[in-house]
Amino acid sequence: MTDNGTQTASWQSCVIEEIVQQTPSIKSFFLRLSRPFAHIAGQHVDVRLTAPDGYSAMRSYSIASSAASSPIIELAVERLPDGEVSAYFHDIAIVGDEIELRGPLGGHFLWPEPAVDAVLLIAAGSGLVPLMAMIRHRRTQDPAVPTALLLSARTAEDVLFSEELHSVEINDAAFVLALAITREDPIRASDFGRRIDSAMVEEVLARLHRKPTQIFVCGSNDFVNIATEGALLAGVDPSIIKTERYGG
Amino acid sequence: MVTRGFTGRGSSGDQSGRIPPGQHLVENFPVLTAGPTPNVELADWKFTVKVGPKPVKVWNWSEFNALPKTKVTKDIHCVTSWSKLDTIWEGVLIEDILADAGLDRPTDFVLAHSYDDYSTNVPLADLLSGKAMVALKFAGQPITRDHGGPARLLVPHLYFWKSAKWVKALQFTTRDEAGFWELRGYHIYGDPWREQRYTDD
Repeated sequence: MTDNGTQTASWQSCVIEEIVQQTPSIKSFFLRLSRPFAHIAGQHVDVRLTAPDGYSAMRSYSIASSAASSPIIELAVERLPDGEVSAYFHDIAIVGDEIELRGPLGGHFLWPEPAVDAVLLIAAGSGLVPLMAMIRHRRTQDPAVPTALLLSARTAEDVLFSEELHSVEINDAAFVLALAITREDPIRASDFGRRIDSAMVEEVLARLHRKPTQIFVCGSNDFVNIATEGALLAGVDPSIIKTERYGG
Repeated sequence: MVTRGFTGRGSSGDQSGRIPPGQHLVENFPVLTAGPTPNVELADWKFTVKVGPKPVKVWNWSEFNALPKTKVTKDIHCVTSWSKLDTIWEGVLIEDILADAGLDRPTDFVLAHSYDDYSTNVPLADLLSGKAMVALKFAGQPITRDHGGPARLLVPHLYFWKSAKWVKALQFTTRDEAGFWELRGYHIYGDPWREQRYTDD
């Protein structure tokens, strides 16, 4: 065990307990662990699928559920156009199936402990997943931490965990939600109807009313580059920015 | 354990012997970085070799580019499970850097440092005998910022987090000192053929 909470994580089997279609391209999988673990919000698991001929495929998926110790974790998997493992999840997996995973993994992209002053979260599409674990953790453990989420999605129906995010925003004065809807007009006046840019990052930083002490960005490499450039242009210290880029 | 209904894309044909366990082949070149992408101007770029805290030699961009260059074609393997075959790099072999610095084997371990304060540890033996270089070109072109330009370490026989992007220094250490990811749950050595992904693998 290191000071960052990582520990030996051996392979275990788990059972798919429930599957929920969250958006047209993202499904949640609720997995019952055979050996439950406590994770830190932001961590991931490695999932391994094995074919009858012994061929196996491994991918990393962030945990969406909050860090409370529970025998069930939630993964939210986006179906990728050419996906090998995501296609299995979307087209083949059914409730009751068993898969192998190991975790929790990752000692960098983690909700800060102890809690900090203010946090800015920026994500695109399924990049929300590790940040959702943070938002859920914050709600029960650190509700006073001022937090803003800038979330980019193609259309309103592509916004992952939309209902839950809107409900957090309504019930929590210290939480700011700003959507960047790229392929249709946004419904709310406080949302943006364009792709992320520096000005947008700067405006969301202003809505936080505090200088953030930690910024988490998750999405494609291009998205992460635009988001971090925006934060740097707004005068943020690069050392407080943690990024996770998907691909591979 | 066989996963019901999973057949996968199957093995990668003739190339299966080149793909370590748990890895899959990609044609693109994914970018994974723990923080913002640094912007290092060539005019400001410097590369330092240190023994412990003591700098032994510092090169600027043109001095470093005057060192003997070597071209290699290598397969690379990222711990996130992608592998890319036949990547072409050009740069300065570590033994050529050390020769120019007048160093032989001051210690057995090296910590590489980067412009974004990233670091990673590699035993010296894994950097010599043509195994590693400070790469200046990828596929015949200057390395882009996203992929670690102006210069990155290339240690292709280890998981690719060892090939530090935006490298600025090699520091000889007396012990094998863990770097950034090695302190955050990843394996101290990182051999893809032994699947040394996480600390206790």
